Amino acid sequence: MTPEQARAALRTMWRIRAFEERVGQLKRADEVHGLIHLSIGGEAVAAAVCGQLAAADVVYSGHRAHGHVLATGAPMPETMAELMGRDGGLCRGMGGSMHLVDVAHRMLGATGVVGGTVPVALGSALAARMRGDGGVAVVFFGDGAVQAGTFAESVNIAALWQLPVLLVCENNGFAEFTPRSAHTPVERVSDLVAPWGIAAATVDGNDVAAVWDATARLLAQTRAGEGPALLEALTHRLRGHYEGDPDRYRAALSSQEWQERDPVLRLERAGAQHGWFDADAMKAAQEDAHAEVAAAVAWARASPFPTPELAASLVHSP
Amino acid sequence: MTYAKAVGRALAEAMRADPRVFVIGEDVSAGGPFTITAGLVDEFGPQRVRDTPISEAAICGIAIGAAQSGLRPVLEIMYIDFLTLALDQLVNTAAKAHFMSGGQLSVPMVLRTQGGAGRRAGAQHSQSLESWLCHVPGLKVVMPSHATDAAGLLASAIADPDPVVVVENKTLYFRPDPLPDVLAPVPLGRAAVVRPGRDVTVVALSRMVPESLAAADALAVDGIEVEVIDPRTLVPLDLDTITESVGRTHHLVVAHEAVGPGGFGAEIAAAVGHAAFDDLDAPIVRVAAPFQPIPVSPGLEDAYLPGAADVRAAVLSALG
Repeated sequence: MTPEQARAALRTMWRIRAFEERVGQLKRADEVHGLIHLSIGGEAVAAAVCGQLAAADVVYSGHRAHGHVLATGAPMPETMAELMGRDGGLCRGMGGSMHLVDVAHRMLGATGVVGGTVPVALGSALAARMRGDGGVAVVFFGDGAVQAGTFAESVNIAALWQLPVLLVCENNGFAEFTPRSAHTPVERVSDLVAPWGIAAATVDGNDVAAVWDATARLLAQTRAGEGPALLEALTHRLRGHYEGDPDRYRAALSSQEWQERDPVLRLERAGAQHGWFDADAMKAAQEDAHAEVAAAVAWARASPFPTPELAASLVHSP
Repeated sequence: MTYAKAVGRALAEAMRADPRVFVIGEDVSAGGPFTITAGLVDEFGPQRVRDTPISEAAICGIAIGAAQSGLRPVLEIMYIDFLTLALDQLVNTAAKAHFMSGGQLSVPMVLRTQGGAGRRAGAQHSQSLESWLCHVPGLKVVMPSHATDAAGLLASAIADPDPVVVVENKTLYFRPDPLPDVLAPVPLGRAAVVRPGRDVTVVALSRMVPESLAAADALAVDGIEVEVIDPRTLVPLDLDTITESVGRTHHLVVAHEAVGPGGFGAEIAAAVGHAAFDDLDAPIVRVAAPFQPIPVSPGLEDAYLPGAADVRAAVLSALG
């Protein structure tokens, strides 16, 4: 990771952090709707992976996609408007938090069905290969998705056909309300794909430079036709599974522990240490992010709600 | 010529005309269990006639992703009974992608499958599950009853920007069935009056179309003229053709091989009952399989399957 990339990552991560904290407040105020799953703590993975995509690449994600969506370059006002169910939203208010799509920024879909986009990503990878455009399909999912049957089906086919897909598992140790150890005897997701010979790496998901470097290596390999790859990023989900989750099933991190793990603070410390950015730049990244979020909220609040006629017109393609 | 060969021919023509079209499924390069795709791999190669492992959920997801990324996959699920394994992808993703993305995504995929009993294959290899698919906004469903429509509907399905499920029938596949030299697409959403008649309208699906025609021939000897309508597309349904017919005949029988409760005949009956209530001189009669799993023992299966005799009895019942 170069200093310039680190600076860009810091700005992306602050944008995600500011956005997500504001969304949490807006959910409590009933201005954003539905089941909201925040990426607080997942900013490094979003910034490091989505910050390295080529124009021909595509991204898929799951229910916890806000960070991925913003990191692909999707516009923040339209993303906020989508969470508020507005016509000006990315999906004209038809998708909501768990189903964000921005084709213009190659974000082809998030899903509310755990693991549901993994095989779909394979399809886009197949299309890229059949067209020969060198594109890679990236799909984000959590450690809970790995126990779904379609995960094994997809890993098998991806390996069999040597598809250009990068599987990114954000392993925060919890699937909804249950720790991983209660779901499976296999601790490391990267161990699961070993029998298929898929290139895999496990990294500290809160260390953006580590995620960046591992991603760069795996993306290059799969883009070069060396087959699928899996990146397992060990992270921590700071909030409950969804906004409103009483989260009694985990021991709360102490403030000190979080300070040590927070990917944004860690990047700031590393940046200061390596001279990637100074205190002014860090402050600007944070303040600009908050200003951008405030503007996005104002824009979204002014966007009209979609009509029943619009909904009816969207059932079928024209 | 047969229905099976007609489908194969329609696939080949679609693949020649459009390089985005490709076939994917289990054993498709070998022709599949019903020889439909036989020979395609020789002309188009294994990239475009792509065999998969036994992974219905994943291959349906792959078809969706390929379609979203600009290709035109024709996915084969060899038995509709196994469509159950792919339903999450089909229902929660394929059917809804266009809507939930606010129109950004389209899924121009075709899912070809077949159903129907009569081969002693048992309850897990013989079902008629099309009505489930008709209950999912965003999917289109076609059910061709003969070779010309099988080829023509498939061509239209491949050209359609939305996910289309084509439900073929295993006992229709190998009957002698003519096909014109030049194939033409059959538009979705248009029913066909396959036999005009004065006295009663019989709306029939798939295998029940030839059964209804046989019943109509027998009834004609008794002076009863039956109008047989093949909807061809279940979703979107051409209700107008049916209600126009009932406006003339005043009697309706709906016939399908699927079980009665919750079958697509219930939808047709309810829709016609509402739209043409004043035209009806008698209650609508449904011909359907009994509400039980399909038996394997030959005598039981033969008794289970609705046929021409059941259509005849239903017509006589409707006419009172």
